[in-house]
Amino acid sequence: MLVNIKYFASVREAIGMAGEARQTSSASLAALRDELIAAGPAYECLDRSRIVRMALNHVMSDESSQLTPGCEVAFFPPVTGG
Amino acid sequence: MLSSMPRVSIQAQDFNLADEIARLRSGDKRVGAVCSFIGTVRDRNIAPTPATLCAALPPEGAELAKGGPSLRSLACDAVLSMELEHYPGMTEKAIEAMIDEAAARFDIFAARVVHRIGLLQPLDQVVMVAVTSAHRGESFRACEFLMDYLKTQAPFWKKEQTPEGARWVDARVADDTALAKWGIGARNV
Repeated sequence: MLVNIKYFASVREAIGMAGEARQTSSASLAALRDELIAAGPAYECLDRSRIVRMALNHVMSDESSQLTPGCEVAFFPPVTGG
Repeated sequence: MLSSMPRVSIQAQDFNLADEIARLRSGDKRVGAVCSFIGTVRDRNIAPTPATLCAALPPEGAELAKGGPSLRSLACDAVLSMELEHYPGMTEKAIEAMIDEAAARFDIFAARVVHRIGLLQPLDQVVMVAVTSAHRGESFRACEFLMDYLKTQAPFWKKEQTPEGARWVDARVADDTALAKWGIGARNV
């Protein structure tokens, strides 16, 4: 399925792009994160040693969340607003 | 929640607390309490250079590079700026959901959140939360709840510009602790 991925803040800078549309067979956020980590050194910022937060369809989500075709996924560092 | 004004605004421009509160109250005679919070940009990463050292530095006009800032302005008069990034689309929904949660938990009439994005300078206003209720306790609690929630669950990121370069602001464990006291276990760091 095709998923839309967005990157923000330090994650966006490390990966070098604000987002991508990606064909994936990953069923969960965890699997997609693993897939990206394996995709190349640019994705090292998503490594398990780092604190990375995730959103699925604009809602903060944990790694067990299941992907659906056309969903919007986002990876970003801990938030620092306010 | 009777107010028809938008409950959440994400904007580059500044805001005026008095105007915001006047609109929030909007002639609602039930309101007996208004509580608001404003967060501002502070310069927290540069230790003040002692005045004696500043006096010993070359005067203004002695720039390090042609057309560049002087050593004195860098060390003693450093202007820090802050860039605020957010997740368009998600930010608004996340804060709307927080206000719904506040309305479910506290006996409030109206609430409004304004959060600025883009380039900000020290002293600038960053965020405002305002809440109305019949009695002060509900407004105080709802205002604090909304700020604690927003701090760790709304997708904003701050990047500071310092004389040594740009750096992303680190999230604080203390903010997770503040949210936990409301019985919400979601963590940021």
